[in-house]
Amino acid sequence: MYKYDEYDHAMVEARVAEFSDQVRRRLAGEITEDQFKPLRLMNGLYLQLHAYMLRVAVPYGTLDSRQMRMLAHIARKYDRDYGHFTTRQNIQYNWIKLEDAPAILEDLASVEMHAIQTSGNCIRNISSDQWAGAAADEITDPRPWAELLRQWSSFHPEFSYLPRKFKIAVIAADEDRAAMRLHDIGIQIVEKDGQHGAAFYVGGGMGRTPMIAPLIKDFVPLDDMLSYAEACLRVYNRYGRRDNIYKARIKILIHELGADEYRRQVEEEFKHVKSLGIDPPKAEFDRIAAQFAPPPLDASAPDAIDRSDPDFAVWVDQNVAAHKVSGHAIVNISLKPIGGIPGDASSAQIDLMADLAEKYSHDELRVTHAQNIVLPHVRKADLYAVWQALDAAGLATPNLDLISDIIACPGLDYCSLANARSIPVAQKIATRFSDLGRQKELGELKLKISGCINACGHHHAGHIGILGVDRKGTENYQLSLGGSGAEDVSLGTITGPGFDEDGVVDAIERVTDKYLAERTEGERFVDTFRRVGMAPFKEAIYG
Amino acid sequence: MKLLTGNDLKTGFVTWWTGADWSLHIEDAADVGEAGEAILAAEEGARRVNAPYIIAGEQTPDGPRPAHIKDRIRALGPTVRPDLTLKPADPAAGDWVI
Repeated sequence: MYKYDEYDHAMVEARVAEFSDQVRRRLAGEITEDQFKPLRLMNGLYLQLHAYMLRVAVPYGTLDSRQMRMLAHIARKYDRDYGHFTTRQNIQYNWIKLEDAPAILEDLASVEMHAIQTSGNCIRNISSDQWAGAAADEITDPRPWAELLRQWSSFHPEFSYLPRKFKIAVIAADEDRAAMRLHDIGIQIVEKDGQHGAAFYVGGGMGRTPMIAPLIKDFVPLDDMLSYAEACLRVYNRYGRRDNIYKARIKILIHELGADEYRRQVEEEFKHVKSLGIDPPKAEFDRIAAQFAPPPLDASAPDAIDRSDPDFAVWVDQNVAAHKVSGHAIVNISLKPIGGIPGDASSAQIDLMADLAEKYSHDELRVTHAQNIVLPHVRKADLYAVWQALDAAGLATPNLDLISDIIACPGLDYCSLANARSIPVAQKIATRFSDLGRQKELGELKLKISGCINACGHHHAGHIGILGVDRKGTENYQLSLGGSGAEDVSLGTITGPGFDEDGVVDAIERVTDKYLAERTEGERFVDTFRRVGMAPFKEAIYG
Repeated sequence: MKLLTGNDLKTGFVTWWTGADWSLHIEDAADVGEAGEAILAAEEGARRVNAPYIIAGEQTPDGPRPAHIKDRIRALGPTVRPDLTLKPADPAAGDWVI
């Protein structure tokens, strides 16, 4: 876990003091909402449908138990006893009072957290693989590089007013658990001739114009990574469209320039940037990396799991993943109880997860882009105790990556940008497919719902995606099939005319029935879709 | 009818113009008719409410109701958390929203 140094502390404390004064002036009527809005957004404070909403950054989704308990404390003291974990590995609070915002930021700063750059046209929270440091398939822990990018991008004077928001993900495994190629910059740490380097994918994204990031550079030496990122941003900052918000993301620039021309300009810029010396000295990077040293795990710990409790065995099979160290496992805590609100957790549940992390997971937790929580370093011998505690708290739903493990944005129940509700649709689908045997029969099926074209619910990347739209004042839902945010990245294709709330649930049932009828041995839903195409599914849906 | 709504400056809560002041309850909302823009300008000056705006509404036996679903949800609260709405004890409170 990275620990703030004196500069981090000074920066965050200065920002808390600055924003506290801005809030005071706003409440005193000394500044208008037009003047205040950009200031509050720089501190993650939105005004949503029912109240102010505060988005708190969780860098690359990594937390310790002290920080997690602070999130519970904020939910309990300042909000309505719950928080909502987001697809950017952050947490949002839906009922914040403006007058409480300074105190909340002070509380966050006391545990080395903040809400800076969780909004606005700047570089947002750097996201990463939620299994980083634990995954059996990674070539290194990507988080030191994510932390380096966090430090570089925090208050970067040149990139505080970009044409549009900018999202970066860093992974270090071939299995992409972070939707890396659907980011403005996706970085994969790769190995070549025994050396690690960074593959740069630039110009991906979702929103109203979804695009998969093309490979811009297959191997950037890690000593050059920051300079190369700086060059990528500089070209965008210079030529990105500031005249049209719908064409302002880097994906549009690269699409219009062409990847080859963008690459040429980046390479030219890189030659200049590299001379500026922004890449850290090795000693500084080593200082950061040392804070992500693997926890002291006992590789001789027992590898066997007592599966005599059948409910526990089901959970182990679905929600527990292989750890790189023998005798240990990665625990995935589903925040998707059947009929619940995807990503929501009560303060008591957040506290419990913090307790379990402290006792069983070397004090570490992760937030996933799929709105779940991970305990990354659990001894297999402790799994039963962890499961019992989770089960008692309603946190042991064994549905990871199944159809009820739905990503859903807050939608029209909370969000001022939304056109339709997402959560009730997620609840109805999960309830329709509540039978676990049926879910497991369907296998891996990633269903994602957005309540508007901004695609916070990642519907373009869903094996099954749902987009809520407003059709003459009525909620309507478009269905798409065949998307993926993983290493087999693809964008979904719309099936045809949309449905009402119940109609889209029925349509999904027809789609899954068709899949079961069409699939061959070992095929996931998305594999079958890619093999047989849209036609049979369209026929099943519309007749 | 036309309704004037916004979010309270301090709390961010949804608020409705009653004809003389602001209320959290849609039932208290007044038809602002053609006076909406003038009230809006005056209230923006008073800086108690954020980003007030005028919406279409309709009078019903139960009181005024916003015409558009977004403002109906604003008036009630999140449909998925009836316990957090203004009428948590009334299971029928949201029947008019969707």
